[in-house]
Amino acid sequence: MIHFEQQSLSQRLHLDMPLCFGLLVLCGLGLMILYSAGGEDIGILIRQATRMAVAFVLMFLVAQLSPAVIERWSLWIFLTGIAMLVVVLWVGHVGKGAQRWLDVGFFRFQPSELMKLAVPMVIAWYLSHKTLPPNIGNTFIVGLMIIIPVGLIAKQPDLGTSLLVAIAGLAVLFISGMRWKLIMAFAALCSLCAPILWHFMHDYQKRRVLTLFDPEQDPLGAGYHIIQSMIAIGSGGIYGKGWLNGTQSHLEFLPERSTDFIFAVYCEEFGLMGVLLLLSIYLFIVARGLYIAMNAQQTYGKLLAAALTLTFFVYVFVNMGMVIGQLPVVGVPLPLISHGGTSMVTLMLAFGILMSIQTHRRILSD
Amino acid sequence: MGLKFTLKDIQEETRLVRFRVYTAAVIIILLVMVLVGRLFYLQVIQHDHFTTLSQGNRVKVLPIPPIRGLIFTRDDVLVADNQPSFSLELIPEQIESLDKTIDQLSRLIDIDEESINRFKKLRQGKRRFESIPLKFKLSEDEIARFSVEQHKFPGVEVIARPYRHYPEKSGLVHVLGYVGRIDENDLQKIDVSDYLGTTHIGKLGVEKAYENILHGHVGHQQVEVNAQGRIIRVLERTPPEPGQNIHLTLDRSLQIAAVNIMSGKRGSIVAIDPENGDILALVSSPAYDPNPFVNGIDSKSYKALLDARDTPLINRALNGKYPPGSTIKPFMGIAALTTGVREASDTTWCKGWYSLKGHSHRYRDWKKGGHGHVDLNYAIMQSCDVYFYTLAHDLGITRLNKALTNFGFGLKTGIDIGGESTALVPSIDWKRRALNQPWYPGETLIAGIGQGFVLATPLQLATATAALANHGKRVIPRLVYKTSNPISGESTTLPLATPNYVSDYKKKYWDYIIQAMEDVVHGARGTARRSGANAAYTFAGKTGTAQVIAMGQDEKYDKDNVPEHLRDHALFIAFAPVEAPKIALAIVVENGGGGSSTAAPIGRQLLDHYLLDESGNLK
Repeated sequence: MIHFEQQSLSQRLHLDMPLCFGLLVLCGLGLMILYSAGGEDIGILIRQATRMAVAFVLMFLVAQLSPAVIERWSLWIFLTGIAMLVVVLWVGHVGKGAQRWLDVGFFRFQPSELMKLAVPMVIAWYLSHKTLPPNIGNTFIVGLMIIIPVGLIAKQPDLGTSLLVAIAGLAVLFISGMRWKLIMAFAALCSLCAPILWHFMHDYQKRRVLTLFDPEQDPLGAGYHIIQSMIAIGSGGIYGKGWLNGTQSHLEFLPERSTDFIFAVYCEEFGLMGVLLLLSIYLFIVARGLYIAMNAQQTYGKLLAAALTLTFFVYVFVNMGMVIGQLPVVGVPLPLISHGGTSMVTLMLAFGILMSIQTHRRILSD
Repeated sequence: MGLKFTLKDIQEETRLVRFRVYTAAVIIILLVMVLVGRLFYLQVIQHDHFTTLSQGNRVKVLPIPPIRGLIFTRDDVLVADNQPSFSLELIPEQIESLDKTIDQLSRLIDIDEESINRFKKLRQGKRRFESIPLKFKLSEDEIARFSVEQHKFPGVEVIARPYRHYPEKSGLVHVLGYVGRIDENDLQKIDVSDYLGTTHIGKLGVEKAYENILHGHVGHQQVEVNAQGRIIRVLERTPPEPGQNIHLTLDRSLQIAAVNIMSGKRGSIVAIDPENGDILALVSSPAYDPNPFVNGIDSKSYKALLDARDTPLINRALNGKYPPGSTIKPFMGIAALTTGVREASDTTWCKGWYSLKGHSHRYRDWKKGGHGHVDLNYAIMQSCDVYFYTLAHDLGITRLNKALTNFGFGLKTGIDIGGESTALVPSIDWKRRALNQPWYPGETLIAGIGQGFVLATPLQLATATAALANHGKRVIPRLVYKTSNPISGESTTLPLATPNYVSDYKKKYWDYIIQAMEDVVHGARGTARRSGANAAYTFAGKTGTAQVIAMGQDEKYDKDNVPEHLRDHALFIAFAPVEAPKIALAIVVENGGGGSSTAAPIGRQLLDHYLLDESGNLK
């Protein structure tokens, strides 16, 4: 291992400055809109800022680990996650009700969140040891690595998270060069499975999907979220009503305005211009993530960095799509903007991995 | 694993991953464009639509009901006002346990089961922070008892709301009517938008007829509400326009005097100013207290009023149909002179009865031995029936009908509050239509003395009397002459309705008939001479005693042997002073006995009351 003398500060701190910049701007914007959405409650703001600080520290710590260490831990993290999911299901069975949390005395832990990272990690680990693109046998094994945790999470039941975990896994497969023929076959299989899936869905889940197509059919029930959200967004117009001036949110017409529907508050107060700014920041982060993936030296790093970045974008897209009424209402928070801690920690850990991949590049001398 | 598998083509894999990352980037760009496209649609193209929806969410328009106009008598006595009524109201949001609170309250204040049920029903449609009444019309004692303990009842308040109140109680009910809760029928007739927030509407009398003046116009406030409907702030306020006050033509003092005179009697008194038709007093007895009707009278009390034998709910002044009896004679007299059927000096021989040629039936005079030779003046003064039988026979029913109709008998008077009956002046046509029978000559005879089919309301009698006093000008009676703005105090006098004219009769005929009526009260042999004695002014009158049952040919009417409800009605019409009439009145006392003994003294009393001051001099 040869280190050059002229290492930059960011290299030594293992922080990727462009990514850090994007994340900080996003968090700043997030705090600003949360102040408005949370009813100008300074307490919420402080708690959220604290979580952000904790998440940044975790990101920083993860970034110190070399990708090789992360790669070595991948399988164990995955297996631990599976074990915890089983425990959660068992506890839930005993407690008779939906159970997502594992109470470890001083803090509560959601194993399904961990799987958002563990699944792409283990698949990247597995595939990086095989030739790319993966053959059918490997693809099948990867499929099992996805289906087992996804099935366990879906059984909690937490359909939203299980889908996101599946997407994270599939993202690795996609980046690894899974053949288009296989992708098409998989897509066909999924569309065939859809009616079966529908059959196993809970009533409230079905209602959410149906509401998407016709929110007016139940304007005070399932459609209420979507209708109020679209009113908030539409009435925002090009320039918005101004910070703290959103009537839909401040007069409490908009439900879950500080969590899943915070994007509607943002749209109402900052208009289309604000939305374009926000999308630009997200795209900047995504672009940086993909850049890191392409420049990663190891296959593991390439696959994981790209998959985590794509998953990050999927979160953004699913949340926004839901808020603007194009996707069913699934509980996906808007990354780094929505109020809440668990998803933020997961996200920042992912960015910690990205930074680790970017800053631990070994420059080999000729 | 074999060694050959570990020899990976690093460059090829890098190229593959790079290509896939580019593909992903393209997909990301496409998805972002979908998002932006949708946001553009919502925020730019549909912006106006959603702005409207957002405003609709946020802004609610709440009505502010106007304050109903007050009603005063001519002498500015308040007879219909808006009094605060105190109700006990609960705000569920601020109360921990409603049942417990109601239970504790019922120890302080008498709360019946019905109130609790109504409270629960009202609660269903309301938000948690809205105040809901538990008990209406708290007594002062109850308010006092609650006030002492109020600190123990967070979320319980005593709220004052204005309610219509009629301080004269039954004294003016047949004039004022009353207001009641708006019902289905009312909703059909009103502009609902002007009644938002208003709970009551005029149901009867002046309250109903002048509803559009008394009501005023609704105001609005635009308020910003949150998703729970709680008012955050008032954005804009258009104050309501209060209803106009109304000033009655009634002279309160005369009205109360008339009410007192009639107390315990059944009948009606209508007094009007012949000059303009202003009604000075309007009494229908018995009456009832309108106050319980305002918030809905209980069915038991209502049924009692409805079933009462003396029918207090009926407005006898407007709807009581009485045979006018001999009070019709002055009008017959005018007809006699103006048609030329009689000269004033023509006399008729009264032998105590009259028979049609070829018939044996005797139409009897009230005076058994007869009046001898009577001219028109004597016939009116002495109320000679035979004179008027003969006259009616000579006029015939058609001319008789026209003569009476000219004075407004059988027609609506056009009183401003409406709701009056036309009563009846019979005709050959009418009888054929209504009864499918031919007209018999004998029926003309009894019509000539105001019996048989002839019916008149006290209001018609009073206006016809005023027309006599006016030498033919038939004024339209009215109860309201002025409105005033409660804020500026500025008043508007209502225009007089154009009067009708009986006909262009010669003055000497009017003078003759009026002289005869003067002789009724002031003449030595007038039927009401006792009532006319020692008057400080001259007045003209005519008594009437209307039979309720037909007497057999040889029966003698004996007051003491006839059941009360079959006794004769006592009537009296009069106006005074003769030279410049200021008041014309009609009095009907049901089953009161004789017109001269019962009704005429009442007339004198009321004329004195109206025309004289305290020391007995003409005002």
